[in-house]
Amino acid sequence: MRIAVIDDNPVRAAIIEDGLSEVGERDVFVISERKGLARAIETIDPDVILIDLGNPSRDMLEEYFAVSRAVSRPIAMFVAQSDEETIAAAIDAGVSAYIVDGLTQRRIKPILDLAVRRFQAFSRLQTELKQARDALSERNIVDKAKRILINKRAMSEPEAHKLLRDHAMNNNKRIAEVAESIVTAEELMGGGL
Amino acid sequence: MSLDQLNIGFLPLVDAALPILAQEHGFAEEQGFQLNLIRDISWASVLDRLTYGHTDMAHLLAPLAIASTLGRGRPAKAMAVPFVLGLNGNAVTMSVELAEILNPEGGLGDPYRIGERLKAEVIRRASHGKRLRFGVVHRYSSHNYKLRYWFAGCGIAPDKDVDIVTISPPFAADALANGEIDGICVGEPWNSVSVERGVGRIVLVTAQIWRRGVEKVIAMPAEKLDDNRELVERMVRALHNAAKHFVEPDNWQKNSEILARSDYLDGSATLIHRAISDQILLASGTAPVNVPDFMFQYREAANFPWVSQAAWLYSQMLRWDNLEYSAEDQLKAERVFRPNVYRSALQGFDTPIPGANAKLEGSLQHVLAAGSAQGRLTLGADPFFDDRIFDPTQLNQYLTELPKP
Repeated sequence: MRIAVIDDNPVRAAIIEDGLSEVGERDVFVISERKGLARAIETIDPDVILIDLGNPSRDMLEEYFAVSRAVSRPIAMFVAQSDEETIAAAIDAGVSAYIVDGLTQRRIKPILDLAVRRFQAFSRLQTELKQARDALSERNIVDKAKRILINKRAMSEPEAHKLLRDHAMNNNKRIAEVAESIVTAEELMGGGL
Repeated sequence: MSLDQLNIGFLPLVDAALPILAQEHGFAEEQGFQLNLIRDISWASVLDRLTYGHTDMAHLLAPLAIASTLGRGRPAKAMAVPFVLGLNGNAVTMSVELAEILNPEGGLGDPYRIGERLKAEVIRRASHGKRLRFGVVHRYSSHNYKLRYWFAGCGIAPDKDVDIVTISPPFAADALANGEIDGICVGEPWNSVSVERGVGRIVLVTAQIWRRGVEKVIAMPAEKLDDNRELVERMVRALHNAAKHFVEPDNWQKNSEILARSDYLDGSATLIHRAISDQILLASGTAPVNVPDFMFQYREAANFPWVSQAAWLYSQMLRWDNLEYSAEDQLKAERVFRPNVYRSALQGFDTPIPGANAKLEGSLQHVLAAGSAQGRLTLGADPFFDDRIFDPTQLNQYLTELPKP
């Protein structure tokens, strides 16, 4: 089966491509450019097209399916309307599919299910990445606040840490919040704190 | 009291204003519900979410609600429209090069004169083997139908003399700039974005092609409307109140700022303000001009879903999709618009409600008092640019009389 994955996010496209090869799908083609999209599809002549719901090219793509004689067989949104659950799960995950008429539900479902799982995995990955970034920037700001305390109050690192921690506990705040106010104050006072 | 939650899909366009403002100004809460607005970037995604229950209602192209009902392009899903979000609000923006040829005088052009010059240009280019390409926002959009109506009325055959392709609104300015297309029919703020960037000029507004043409609607799956009739009527009231508030000049500044926010249109409040105040910048480096009725959101029962307007859209679907007329399909298309829901929702409100469900579209040359079920209703002139009149009971006849260049 020939599967085209249209995604301008190369990381997500790679994750899906990878998953499809794991379930034995070898003819997977990734298109990440909006320009020349129609021609690329014409060349690939796919049986299934996977595209994310946030892709702005979807209306152009559907127009192309409607008028083009280049795509040999008509492409419908979803092959069987009966399986609304699969479709709802796909939309929840943010993926949509175009499938050549005539393919059976039995052949399509594993591919769609896989795309859904991979899309979900990708958004989880993004959330984790964001959390990691936030944590990293929190650590940076705590380090910065400690350096200010060490320089200005001639403290040792453990003393600076203890001061931050005690202040946070007494005021029911997070250490990062206390650190941030120290750094902000330092910046506002032009280093004269 | 906990509020009912309604998920509403929308595209970042100025005419998504009413559901956004119904939520922001508390008109929704007044009716006992909260609107969760879900933004998408293509109509295909808006329709998918609506079809498969991810959203309850959506800001939608009126012809797309009919296309979905008739199963054009995807599995049929019957849609219902209890409320029209407004009339017109779109423009035809040509590349600077083409605008220079079609409208060297500047200002807003005359549809016939611009059309004549366009035809001459089409013929001139054909002798060089070149065809002009125009963008519309969707195959099933009033933009597409109005542009085609205008072209055909000027002796230009869409798909034969000129190409018409779908371009997503955010790409319109780029596509004009790099010569991918020579003109586009799109809603605001995307014409203004092209004008501001100096890559296009507005030569016409769609109100010049059909003065009272139906634009976006609130659409929902038909079975959902029938199962939640009372809730839908509350939504109609909230939208009605938002529309009344929207057209008050005192509210324009504040509303433009709300709509411009990153979770809504994520655009320029200045450009949005111009659209909602009918002040349109036609060419870069000029002053905005007042275009009366550029957008029409409230007066004259503009939000009333006239079944004759659904029928007109169906006639154009037949015309451009080369379909056979079917009385059954006409009925299905007309049933998408639900004047009875609008009427019962606003019964007893201080607002005029039309007495009839259909009218002769394009028949009014002057302001006229119209029959009403409640209040005093006046309807303004609603002509098509070629003064043709559409009678929904003579749809087949109308189709045979339309020009076929």
